[in-house]
Amino acid sequence: MKKKSLMRSIAAAPHIFWAVLFIVLPLIIVGVYAFTDAEGNFSLANIAALTDYVPIFWLSLELSVIATAVCLVIGYPLAYIIAKSSPRAQKIFIMLLMLPMWTNLLIRTYSIMAILDDGGFLNTLLNTSFHIVGTKGAVIFGMVYDFLPYMVLPIYTCVSKIDKHMWEAASDLGCSPVKTMLKVIFPLSMSGIISGVTMVLVPSISTFYISQKLGGGTFELIGDTIERQFVTGALNVGAAISLVMMVLILISITVMNRFSEGDEGGIIV
Amino acid sequence: MKYASRIYLCLIFSVLYIPIFTLILFSFNVENSTAEFAGFSLRWYIELFNSPETFTALRNTLLLAVLSALLSTVIGTAAAEGIYKMRSRFIKGAITSVTNIPMMNPDIVTGMSMMLFFAAVMGIFKISDYNEIGFAAMLIAHTTFCLPYVILSVLPRINELGDSLSEAALDLGCTPVSAFFRVKLPNIMPGVISGMVMAFTLSLDDFVISYFVGPTNFQTLPLLIYSMTKKKVTPDMYALSTIIIVSVFILLIISNIRSGKRADENKRKRGAVK
Amino acid sequence: MSKLIELKGISKSYDGEKVLEGINLYIRDKEFITLLGPSGCGKTTTLRIIGGFETADEGQLYFDGAEISDVPAYKRPINTVFQKYALFPHLNVYENIAFPLRLKKTPEAEIRERVTEMLKMVALSGFENKSVSTLSGGQQQRVAIARALISHPRVLLLDEPLGALDLKLRKDMQNELKSIQKAIGITFIYVTHDQEEALSMSDTIVVMADGEIQQIGTPTDIYNEPKNAFVADFIGESNIIDGVMLEDRKVRLEGHTFDCLDEGFGRGEPVDVVIRPEDVDVVKPEAGMLTGQVTAVTFKGVHYEIIVDIGGFKWMIQSTDYVAPEATIGLYIEPDAIHVMKKSKYSGKFGDYSSFSDELDQLSDADAAEEF
Repeated sequence: MKKKSLMRSIAAAPHIFWAVLFIVLPLIIVGVYAFTDAEGNFSLANIAALTDYVPIFWLSLELSVIATAVCLVIGYPLAYIIAKSSPRAQKIFIMLLMLPMWTNLLIRTYSIMAILDDGGFLNTLLNTSFHIVGTKGAVIFGMVYDFLPYMVLPIYTCVSKIDKHMWEAASDLGCSPVKTMLKVIFPLSMSGIISGVTMVLVPSISTFYISQKLGGGTFELIGDTIERQFVTGALNVGAAISLVMMVLILISITVMNRFSEGDEGGIIV
Repeated sequence: MKYASRIYLCLIFSVLYIPIFTLILFSFNVENSTAEFAGFSLRWYIELFNSPETFTALRNTLLLAVLSALLSTVIGTAAAEGIYKMRSRFIKGAITSVTNIPMMNPDIVTGMSMMLFFAAVMGIFKISDYNEIGFAAMLIAHTTFCLPYVILSVLPRINELGDSLSEAALDLGCTPVSAFFRVKLPNIMPGVISGMVMAFTLSLDDFVISYFVGPTNFQTLPLLIYSMTKKKVTPDMYALSTIIIVSVFILLIISNIRSGKRADENKRKRGAVK
Repeated sequence: MSKLIELKGISKSYDGEKVLEGINLYIRDKEFITLLGPSGCGKTTTLRIIGGFETADEGQLYFDGAEISDVPAYKRPINTVFQKYALFPHLNVYENIAFPLRLKKTPEAEIRERVTEMLKMVALSGFENKSVSTLSGGQQQRVAIARALISHPRVLLLDEPLGALDLKLRKDMQNELKSIQKAIGITFIYVTHDQEEALSMSDTIVVMADGEIQQIGTPTDIYNEPKNAFVADFIGESNIIDGVMLEDRKVRLEGHTFDCLDEGFGRGEPVDVVIRPEDVDVVKPEAGMLTGQVTAVTFKGVHYEIIVDIGGFKWMIQSTDYVAPEATIGLYIEPDAIHVMKKSKYSGKFGDYSSFSDELDQLSDADAAEEF
């Protein structure tokens, strides 16, 4: 009986093999690096050194949380308007939304920098001297610009699946449009919001390119730190930071999923 | 209300597209500047086509994207079928959780872990030159982060299809393997294809993981772009991006028109029966 | 006729819950046999075990004298018409039916001939190139039958094949299925929860409940001589009353001794007595063997359905004559209208119409509701 049930799932075997070898094992190695020194001896020095990076971590958290919030505030109405338009228009809007994603993130970010830079397109065009690149605002703008579609798409998918009759039912039962929105539509699109938030927050908090370009080298985010450790060869500290960041992110995603979907969320990590 | 939402859409989309249009504009700049437009020319396109570095990078990127899309689609589709058939909820949950790690994890962590892994592999097999395993490492890394997306796209289709068609095929004399290929696969094909397309684009677009794993002898476009943006970018990168955007735009339009036509046909067919 | 299929002591449980318990059953060649019971009674599981989609935990399955318990579905000469047809959406009508022949690498000309012939039999000539998703429910049903029959199986399994059709179409398909079965002369094993369907189509009916076989017999046997309260209640309408067997051919119930035809019970043995509503005659109170008060009368077209309170127990009576509610009437029962059954675990659970109403019956009895 046992053997038979194993045979049923034999098709998953190559994947399980692959996942253990190339997902689990590399993460274990990260763990090993985090707890050893350059000579390979057990050491807590890397973990202890993390306290130096706490301010950087807070800054990353601050910028990415603001960017995520801005994405949500801008993205929800956008997703909602798209979901409410005609099927033909929906297709076109979604296409327009996805098209910039096909341009490499580096190019897009660079293009923003070229526009906003001190001697950039905007300042040349208007003959002004706004100082934008190098501020927190520019980095946040970059994050919002680059990751907005990740917020809009899942919310759109969720909202467009909500039954049209839900509006009628709600108003029939005496809900005003605003109340319907708050009490019916918003809760029903919660799973889209949650996945949108994760899809924006995770790349924002770990980015290093956006802060390099739009931060103008004036401040460092946690992603920059890891990248710098990688370039300078301080792999053990880099591994320790990665490990902590991964654990924090996986925990928060699990908590968010549990929060939104009850028991089902557990399976999706 | 309608008016307001239109203005809102216009506003967002123009902000979204200003950098893209600027980029297209400056790709035709006669001067070597991305800030001042001095006049129209095709200079940067010509330069682009004369740059062997760019062409190698483009070829590498496409090769890697095609191979990792194929590999992840084959492994991922088989995995989805296997996961579907698993009885134990616990094992199912454990496997999907592990699979989803590269999707949930920040790319930078995945990239770091992959790099350390391949460093360990080099140590174990006494390989001194990373370039020897560089391509394999890139292929493995790309396939790994594409896998969850393929499974995520195929598994719901398999769940939706259920067992009835496979059982009918078995009943009519198919072996389990031929039942999968003759009946199940054709019916989950849309999911398989969209998974493959997603894998292809993810691989095409990936910078962070390639940055950590990439060897010096196998440069992809994003890596090339990165190394160029380290200095001041010349508009030939803009020219390349313009070509990519325009071709994607054309592809999207074609596929939209086609799917629109198919939908119309289906409607007509159904109408005829009634 | 010989035993074609035999189930010996088949048991099956899912997650520790028994769905089949010690099923013993044999099926003769060329027979139309129906597994009948409410949902969850184990009839579909039994069918799936015969088809090879489930394996029994215990017991053996024989086909033509050889054990086939471990033979996979695709090697069994048994085909199935599935509940929702399970037609292949990526193939057209012709290719759906040709599917089993293509697997066997049958020559193209023969495929064409056999498919054409099959389509003629199920009255779908000219539908070859239609996509299956554009067909109506009835047409899909026919394609499913044609596809299952084309490779000449010895046995056809049908899992509630008419469940998705509307009433009128269902009646037509019943006749059609029966005539197809006669024409090709193979065994049909039919699963349904619809007692009328079972009675009108089958040679043999197997009544199942709670994972066990309650009774096996011809439709008339099952209707006239139900073995226990469950069968009596599930097949048709029944008044099931507690009684005591005084001696052979004498049973006492509701304080009156009736003549009957049943023998072989112990003296003074408590029994269940079945009296069908249509077998009770309404007479004047003084001429009745029993008297009672009418509590409800419903006009049903061919007859009136009358609920009568007799000593606190509500009887259902069908009569072509109208009686007024609240009236006191007498009941007259012929000896051959009385059927005596042994007490079983179902005694006292069925056959009382005290809470009866058409809607209520469907609501409260959600499990068995589909039978109506």
